[in-house]
Amino acid sequence: MKASEIEVLGKKDTRSGFGEGLLEAGKRNKDVVALCADLTGSLKMNAFENEFSERFFQVGIAEANMICMAAGMTVGGKIPFTGTFANFSTSRVYDQIRQSVAYSKKNVKIAASHAGLTLGEDGATHQVLEDIGMMKMLPNMTVIVPCDFNQTKQATIAVAEHEGPVYLRFGRPSVPIFVKPDAKFTIGKADIITEGTDVTIIACGHLVWKAIEAAQELEKEGISAEVINMHTIKPLDEQAVLSSVAKTGCVVTAEEHMYNGGLGESIARVLAKNNPTPQEFVAVNDSFGESGTPDELLAKYNIDTPDVIKAAKKVIQRK
Amino acid sequence: METKELQRIASQVRRDILRMVCECSSGHPGGSLGCTDFMTVLYFDQMKHDPANFTMDGINDDVFYLSNGHIAPVWYSVLARGGYFPVPELSTLRKLGSRLQGHPATDKGLPGIRMASGSLGQGLSVAIGTAETKKLNGDNALVYTLHGDGELQEGQIWEAALYAAANKIDNLISTIDYNGRQIDGDLDDVLPMGDLSQKWQAFGWEVLELDGHNMDEIKATFAQAKKLTGNGKPIMIVMKTEMGQGVDYMMGTHKWHGSTPNAEQLADALSQIEETMGDY
Repeated sequence: MKASEIEVLGKKDTRSGFGEGLLEAGKRNKDVVALCADLTGSLKMNAFENEFSERFFQVGIAEANMICMAAGMTVGGKIPFTGTFANFSTSRVYDQIRQSVAYSKKNVKIAASHAGLTLGEDGATHQVLEDIGMMKMLPNMTVIVPCDFNQTKQATIAVAEHEGPVYLRFGRPSVPIFVKPDAKFTIGKADIITEGTDVTIIACGHLVWKAIEAAQELEKEGISAEVINMHTIKPLDEQAVLSSVAKTGCVVTAEEHMYNGGLGESIARVLAKNNPTPQEFVAVNDSFGESGTPDELLAKYNIDTPDVIKAAKKVIQRK
Repeated sequence: METKELQRIASQVRRDILRMVCECSSGHPGGSLGCTDFMTVLYFDQMKHDPANFTMDGINDDVFYLSNGHIAPVWYSVLARGGYFPVPELSTLRKLGSRLQGHPATDKGLPGIRMASGSLGQGLSVAIGTAETKKLNGDNALVYTLHGDGELQEGQIWEAALYAAANKIDNLISTIDYNGRQIDGDLDDVLPMGDLSQKWQAFGWEVLELDGHNMDEIKATFAQAKKLTGNGKPIMIVMKTEMGQGVDYMMGTHKWHGSTPNAEQLADALSQIEETMGDY
């Protein structure tokens, strides 16, 4: 498919996709349970809470207790989803996740909302930009960053059916929907969104739409971009990366995260080992965020559509 | 089980602990010796469990979590002597490739262990999670935990304490190893904890007190604790113990919390403790 042929199906927040996915997962499997640290509305967990009140656990503002409770709940066969903001799902509880979830290999699903700069006005205390790095470094951990409402819903359902610890990262703002509602979500298998020959753009989360917008602009200028939605950061679909750069010979990575520890570094490692390739990184440059609207922040921190276009043109010159 | 028989087992467990930590020149004998009587009664007299058919899910079994994972030697010895794995494997403690990691772990597949511990303060939350799952499953078995007194300095313990009382986690029997000592010194010098029993009562727990070296009292306290389950309150046993119990030169000090005897010291210690079931 060409970038100009991609159809926008609507606009919605990814966290609502999680809320719907959680409800559906709960309907399909009575062992699915959910825990929340006083952010039920923000995480869109109300529908699950209303439908399955006996399987919903409000823990209060006590994230450490929540993570370890979830780990304990797996003993006896439950499939717990924990819900809070991405910052409080990771940096605040890293040791709890490390010991009781990852090392103990428990079937806990860490649902992390309001990730990245697009949380917006609350500012840097809440805008975690290090979480992908922290989570991908943990052995046994699967790291998933879906791109829109439909994909977040399908990813949530897939995660419930997957055995093992998962970090599921999504966000706050309303963003375009372009994944078909019935598109099957396969953990660890990248989505090739547009096929192209001049440059590969690999993105995750909210930056996938930015990558598509960039590809549309590039197309107008006669540049053919292959956009890959790398929704699973770990395990990484290395074959999709290598197949694409074999055609294009250069790559841009784009993410709502730090350079350090993000998707771009995972891609760079695959390329350095197998097929050294020019790469440009669209990511936050070792900096905390600040208050502002999501759009203002993406522009100011250079992770917006024009930044992807600029990086694509630059990396093509480096071939 | 007869108290005499429990004492016989505990004697062997103490020998195992000392020989294990001496062989690898590392580990935590003090707290292990202090909790030997409790752990022996728990595993050989109180818990409903099936050592030969251990499952991670523990459906219809009582589940135990050691939150103060550093006293793993006593747990390993009790598990081995109780039939979870071959007793000679105790000699592998802390050695490369062993299932008996320095702190309890699940990734090596050692039967009896359902959660890694070592980083302190997490086990109470874990136990509450399992207790909630048992309630959802209609499983009437109980969840037990053991904690260090120093471990209570971790804030997460108090998050868990609040949750358990507010949510009537009444299928949980927790115990504090109240020996009054931690690595850097006496608890009262490092960070005084005040009145532990009052604290747990104030948090809404049913609190029992216990002399952790009196087998009959341990049995009676467990019986009382079990009677109190199902009444809408979590249960905390504040258990007074002596770190290093059973070895004269290890008692009355915090020094043997994380240091191990040399060969000469081991011989001295073993001369004080009867070999009852055969050393591994």
